[in-house]
Amino acid sequence: MHKSTISRKIFVIGNTLLLSMITLLGVIPFIHLLSISLSSNTAAMAGEVKLWPVGFNLDAYRYLGQKVEFFRSLGVSVERVALGTAINMLLVFITAFPLSKSNDQFKYRTMYAWFFAITMFFGGGLIPTYIIVKNTGLIDSIWALILPGALNVWNMVLMLNFFRGIPRELDEAATIDGAGQWRVLWRIYLPVSLPSIATIGLFTIVGHWNAWFDGILYLNSPAKYPLQTYLSTLIMAINSQMTSISIEQIKAMENLSEKTLRTAQIFMGALPIMVVYPFLQKYFVKGMTVGSVKE
Amino acid sequence: MKTLKKEYALHLMLLPGVIITLIYAYGPMAGLVMAFQQFEPLSGFFKSEFVGWDNFKYVFELPDFMQVLWNTILIAICKMVLFLLVPLILALLLNEVTKRWFSRVIQSAIFLPFFLSWTVLGGVVIELFSLNGPVNGLLEGLGMEPIMFMLNNGWFRGIVIGSDVWKGMGYNMIVMLAAITGINATLYEAAEVDGAGRWKQMLNITLPGMMPILILLGVLSLGGILNAGFEQILIMYNPTVYEGGDIIDTFVYRLGMFSQQFGPAAAVGLFKSVVSLVMVSTTYYAAYKYNNYRIF
Repeated sequence: MHKSTISRKIFVIGNTLLLSMITLLGVIPFIHLLSISLSSNTAAMAGEVKLWPVGFNLDAYRYLGQKVEFFRSLGVSVERVALGTAINMLLVFITAFPLSKSNDQFKYRTMYAWFFAITMFFGGGLIPTYIIVKNTGLIDSIWALILPGALNVWNMVLMLNFFRGIPRELDEAATIDGAGQWRVLWRIYLPVSLPSIATIGLFTIVGHWNAWFDGILYLNSPAKYPLQTYLSTLIMAINSQMTSISIEQIKAMENLSEKTLRTAQIFMGALPIMVVYPFLQKYFVKGMTVGSVKE
Repeated sequence: MKTLKKEYALHLMLLPGVIITLIYAYGPMAGLVMAFQQFEPLSGFFKSEFVGWDNFKYVFELPDFMQVLWNTILIAICKMVLFLLVPLILALLLNEVTKRWFSRVIQSAIFLPFFLSWTVLGGVVIELFSLNGPVNGLLEGLGMEPIMFMLNNGWFRGIVIGSDVWKGMGYNMIVMLAAITGINATLYEAAEVDGAGRWKQMLNITLPGMMPILILLGVLSLGGILNAGFEQILIMYNPTVYEGGDIIDTFVYRLGMFSQQFGPAAAVGLFKSVVSLVMVSTTYYAAYKYNNYRIF
């Protein structure tokens, strides 16, 4: 189709090289991380490990297998993802369904829609939210990580935009046959919305898995931390020690921390996301075209 | 009769969401009264003493506050510009790739960090730029002195901006690629007939065709003028780089949760919320006027 001039050929080669380099730069940090976790601690601390493990061993992962904090927080994360996703999805369904009705089907629709929309534009911020969570007795409970964000308005809007695309005749036919609104939602709307449900479900799972700051804010006992919150304490512990002034002190400090073990844990924190990544990518592009960007 | 029963079910469906939103979204909004109080957790919102604008005066006169505000805006604006520029260049370059598998591999690699948490990415970045890390290893190989990147205010800011662009650029890139795909193919054919090369085609067809989405993305990002990346900076910073890296959100967090100065911390939060509200509503209105963009 295109004329292959010499300058075009040079561009294609340069472009391929440039994009390959960008791709490598994006992947190398993770390979480096994995290599450290598979190296001997002394090599890792001396900074000898680049892209390939030095003194290959699985000690860090073996030790990880016995590390109580890691498995305990992994358990909390699994619980959080299961419980949080179930509640989030349920709320998305039952909130989006009435709002997807037209004004003549549900005359209070606009009022409710504004009630939810306002929260997308204005919020109380960190401190008042903390006080409310505290006043509702959720501090140091897993519910503090689930209830305050139980209704994700963005996901709800995605869902309601999808519901709107469902032909109204389906709803009306079922109603004439005597089906109530709950039945219409459960038996008609949800089964035809499976692709959207998969999209929003994946976002929700990833969101709950990745969240860490709410754990720092609302939980007092480290025993209740989810995995990402536990990982954040490992990283922030280094930062708080970093104020020491001389290079020697910092080198000594870096050596004291169990580097291979730390990187092994960080890598494990990223692993589930990398495993579901192909699905994430596929559904994400779909989800974007369904809702957020419309033309 | 029939409609009444039907609507009753719809109200019932909305009830749980309404309750959650009332408590955890509208509750904190009402709780913003504490910005005007000498707030004591034990006395609560109702019994704490009102002090008018004192909290605001107190905070705005703190020596660090102007620096924090400046850091926030500087970091946020740099991120905004790069979040348009870098994905645009990537999308244009990817558009020239004819092998589909190659394009897909690159897209996957660029998009991956978007889905990882800041604990993972923060850990990676800190390791990369640590004293024994690969970046300093590279400098040493070139015969240069090692740099304490994470303890240097200038470097820290740059690393914060760069690593956030790394994490987030895939999103806009995908949106822009979708916009390019939507451009009418006959335009390119006509240009080809007229003898326009690839460069001319990009300048005169691709870029103008992307303008609506570029303006939309740019306008919508303005709402985040005071969002410089709370979780990212919280995981990456340390007291040495407060001067260059402390932003409104981290400042509020320390003021409220560590110094227990709830009133002043809420006052800064209210200031941020109001500025964001003004920016977001203006920009959404502009996006609606210009591009017919609506959320609902």
